[in-house]
Amino acid sequence: MDTTKNLEEIFQSKIDHEIKIEPKDWMPDAYRKTLIRQISQHAHSEIVGMLPEGNWITRTPSLRRKVALLAKIQDEAGHGLYLYSAAETLGITRDQLLDELHTGKAKYSSIFNYPALTWADMGSVGWLVDGAAIMNQVMLCRTSYGPYARAMVRICKEESFHHRQGFEILLTLAQGTEAQKKMCQESINRWWKPALMMFGPPDEQSSNTEMSMKWKIKRETNDELRQRFVDVAAEQVKFLNMTLPDVVWNESTGHYDFGTLDWDHFWNVVKGNGPCNKQRLDARIKAHENGVWVREAALAFAEKQKVRQQSQVKTA
Amino acid sequence: MEKELPLWEVFIRSRQGLDHKHVGSLHAADAQMAIENARDVYTRRQEGVSIWVVESIHITASDPADSDPLFEPAKDKAYRHPTFYQLPEGIKHI
Repeated sequence: MDTTKNLEEIFQSKIDHEIKIEPKDWMPDAYRKTLIRQISQHAHSEIVGMLPEGNWITRTPSLRRKVALLAKIQDEAGHGLYLYSAAETLGITRDQLLDELHTGKAKYSSIFNYPALTWADMGSVGWLVDGAAIMNQVMLCRTSYGPYARAMVRICKEESFHHRQGFEILLTLAQGTEAQKKMCQESINRWWKPALMMFGPPDEQSSNTEMSMKWKIKRETNDELRQRFVDVAAEQVKFLNMTLPDVVWNESTGHYDFGTLDWDHFWNVVKGNGPCNKQRLDARIKAHENGVWVREAALAFAEKQKVRQQSQVKTA
Repeated sequence: MEKELPLWEVFIRSRQGLDHKHVGSLHAADAQMAIENARDVYTRRQEGVSIWVVESIHITASDPADSDPLFEPAKDKAYRHPTFYQLPEGIKHI
């Protein structure tokens, strides 16, 4: 009992002194669990996030857009893998992680349960969805768990191109025909509020925020990050000559107000009732199951090679 | 139950003249597949000119609980550093 308390004090003092926690260090069970939940949710989001974009690979308006989209989707797969391996340092296996996704026990970002209806959505996903993710990820580069922080640094370096190519897609549409401008504005309107909800529930409703701040897993609250994102996006949208729904400058606070967000809707999507939840999960499970024979064959081949090598050594 | 592909640690030399540095891990059936996966996962933007992979089970790590006996003894050996030695002012090339 006393040793646990002592260990916990040492742990917290490392956190307070900005010393990173590494895989073999002692950590409270709840810290480990919170990290596994958060990192795996993040990894699943990267992997499921490939699906709405994959929908547009064959229909990009030019080769330039196609190579960018392919590279972006390949990056998302890479980001998922960096994060899965960070989660595995906490003592959970890759199979367990995937199982939790496939059985619905683990969540992924709700934003990927919305369909990408038009080409402009590839722009909005890059500018708004990746933009919101970056706000969160920049903060996570300084998170207290070493492997997670290192994965985030690598991800942030790559994410910047996603953000910029998205804005470029919208900028091109915004300078196009009336129909293209309309498509651009409609897409922004559809993605804006779901993107704001990516930061999670308001601080007073967020059950995990307090401990996560104490342990420096998170370093800023949901509401702080959300407001920063709104202020940045509200300036950027001017370059598109478009508008963000319900966003107005507030002279007295020095920030942009963004109206109300429908949190009942948010929780409903989290619970599985969004427009694409079933489709996304089915696609993941199908990909995993279709890969079984490939993984089995690869293992069998590796085993055979090993046996052959050993027998060659013996006869030599 | 499907058998999990083994875990490998990946080390990348970012350019000639530098050490290989640990960058992360991945799953692969064998060493060749680990190299190929590492190429795709960790060097998409010319981050490396050489890759090492080693199966994670072959790595032995020191226990953080042993940090004091392992690393403490070096702390009071200031005489191992050049600044420990007092020399006359103005002396050159030493």
